Amino acid sequence: MTHLLEVADLTTRFHTPEGTIYAVNGASFSVKQGETLAVVGESGCGKSVSMLSILGLISVPPGEIVAGRAVFDGRDLLRMKDEELEAIRGKEISMVFQDPMTSLNPVLSIGRQVTEAMRVHCGLSAEEAERRAVDLLDQVGISDATSRLGEYPHQFSGGMRQRVMIAMALSCDPRLIIADEPTTALDVTIQAQIVELVIRLREQRGMGVIWITHDLGVVAGLADRVSVMYAGFIVEETDVDSLYDDPRHPYTLALLAALPRIDRRRKDRLKPIRGSPPSLLVEPHGCPFAARCEFVIERCRHENPSLQLVSTGHRIACWVDTRGGRSP
Amino acid sequence: MTLGGPRVDRPAEPSSLFTTDEAEAPPLTLRQLTWRRFRRHRVAIAAAITLVLLVVYAFGGGLIVTEKYANYTDTSLRLESPSSAHPFGTDTIGRDILARTVYGGQISLIIGLTAVLIETLAGVLIGAAAGFYGGRIDTLLMRFTEAVFNIPQIFLLIVMAKFFGGMIPNLTVLGRTYSGSVVVIIFIIGLTSWPYLARIVRAEFLSLKENDFVLAARATGTRNSEIILRHILPNSAAPIVVSATLGVANAILTEAYISFLGLGVQPPTATWGNMLEGAYNYVATAPWLWIFPGTLILLTVLSINFLGDGLRDALDPRSRTV
Repeated sequence: MTHLLEVADLTTRFHTPEGTIYAVNGASFSVKQGETLAVVGESGCGKSVSMLSILGLISVPPGEIVAGRAVFDGRDLLRMKDEELEAIRGKEISMVFQDPMTSLNPVLSIGRQVTEAMRVHCGLSAEEAERRAVDLLDQVGISDATSRLGEYPHQFSGGMRQRVMIAMALSCDPRLIIADEPTTALDVTIQAQIVELVIRLREQRGMGVIWITHDLGVVAGLADRVSVMYAGFIVEETDVDSLYDDPRHPYTLALLAALPRIDRRRKDRLKPIRGSPPSLLVEPHGCPFAARCEFVIERCRHENPSLQLVSTGHRIACWVDTRGGRSP
Repeated sequence: MTLGGPRVDRPAEPSSLFTTDEAEAPPLTLRQLTWRRFRRHRVAIAAAITLVLLVVYAFGGGLIVTEKYANYTDTSLRLESPSSAHPFGTDTIGRDILARTVYGGQISLIIGLTAVLIETLAGVLIGAAAGFYGGRIDTLLMRFTEAVFNIPQIFLLIVMAKFFGGMIPNLTVLGRTYSGSVVVIIFIIGLTSWPYLARIVRAEFLSLKENDFVLAARATGTRNSEIILRHILPNSAAPIVVSATLGVANAILTEAYISFLGLGVQPPTATWGNMLEGAYNYVATAPWLWIFPGTLILLTVLSINFLGDGLRDALDPRSRTV
């Protein structure tokens, strides 16, 4: 199957008074039709910025997309004019944001917001759009949708608002949904409901999903493929099973070691990753993870490894073979 | 009562989780909430009623007394004190003050409302453009705003009134003739009072445009113009409405001010302001000359200010009282 979206070598920087922020440094990832790609990493490692860059939602200046391409449906999103991108945003590719409490406009009714994309892109009449909105809200599990259309965001709970956001994202039958930590602001039970909802909708509609998260627990149940991001670099890319069975990159290993497991003995303590992520204000030099890595060798400090295939569909950016110890 | 938690876990059968409790008491809309909060504000309610009465007085009164009568001069009846024939007395050239406060009220209120319309339009447009686009546009517009802000409004008013005073001929609208100076005054007031509003709107836009819902709207493919008008502007409605309300009071006062100086609306067209102009020589000897128009101005401005206060509280989205 061909790729729905193929991002290669995406490089985004922000020019601020404090200096240049190297937010995304040559990230490459791709997603196929009907596939879920999870992008995993700590806060501030460039996950959101990558997605916003693809959709042209970075404000320029201070932002600058230095290099890369993002081919969607044969066309490079990064080379498109604003109007062309506007026609794709919300129609072909839609986005669900992290915080449902702030992503809905407090003074517009739910109905008005759910129908927005339909009015912008599909040219539906008010009644048609409304009928479809009721349908969508029903699909995402909001009961009594007809009467709730006239209500305002403050009358919805967090989980309900995220459902509304998902309904909005679905409204024009997009081929790709980018969900930017959609469950982070929700409590665990609601999280599970939202994950299930997305899985169900993806299966029904066969769309591609990019799910940004820092929660490896969510990834296991949801994703087909996983890209692990660190300091603006993709450091490991694999399918979801081998992420848990055969993780290779030291950062991935460290992340998994820091994850609470129900099958782990209680006296084993969780292992935090030493240190903190590198300052993005310094131009990357060598492997970004070198300073915190347990497997670090001299080469890591001045030469940044590129992604190398280690087995089918499994690529890592590391000089060290972490299975065998320290030798490359 | 049911708990306010999410009601859905089985999308397959949506309506079963809907309790009768909620069906009977639909939640309040934003408008209902605002009305409820406004109703609490006793003084604002009283002010609103007073304002309605004043409008009825000025515009309803016009149905009873004619404009001709209001402008009818009879020098044999100069400076008559209030009597049954002239309940508010007569002025320096024998015109009936009651009739003149009615027609003067119309002009004063019209000036107040239309000047604010111009003020709001200019202020919102400039403020919104500056706040939303930022950068060079912001710098340019805000320096211009500050420049206008720095000129004392009263000097600007006097100079402009002098300069444009005679430029517009008398107008006839709906069978009534207005002094062209009315239009001049409306524009002068409108065009000198927007900077304050522009600053408020800019500040609102600066903070509102950083909200996630603006990013979400952009991610939906919404155009900038639509984002400005449909997403951000409604969110800044409260300060705009309040400032516009207070602007009406200000415009009426300003008109009174320059009319008092003889630079405003030219007689025979009456306004509450230019009725005061002839009164200052008779402050002690014929107090009815200034008491009636003065009281009307006071009442109007006071009630508009109280109304503005009430609206400020009612429209504040952060206010949680119901």
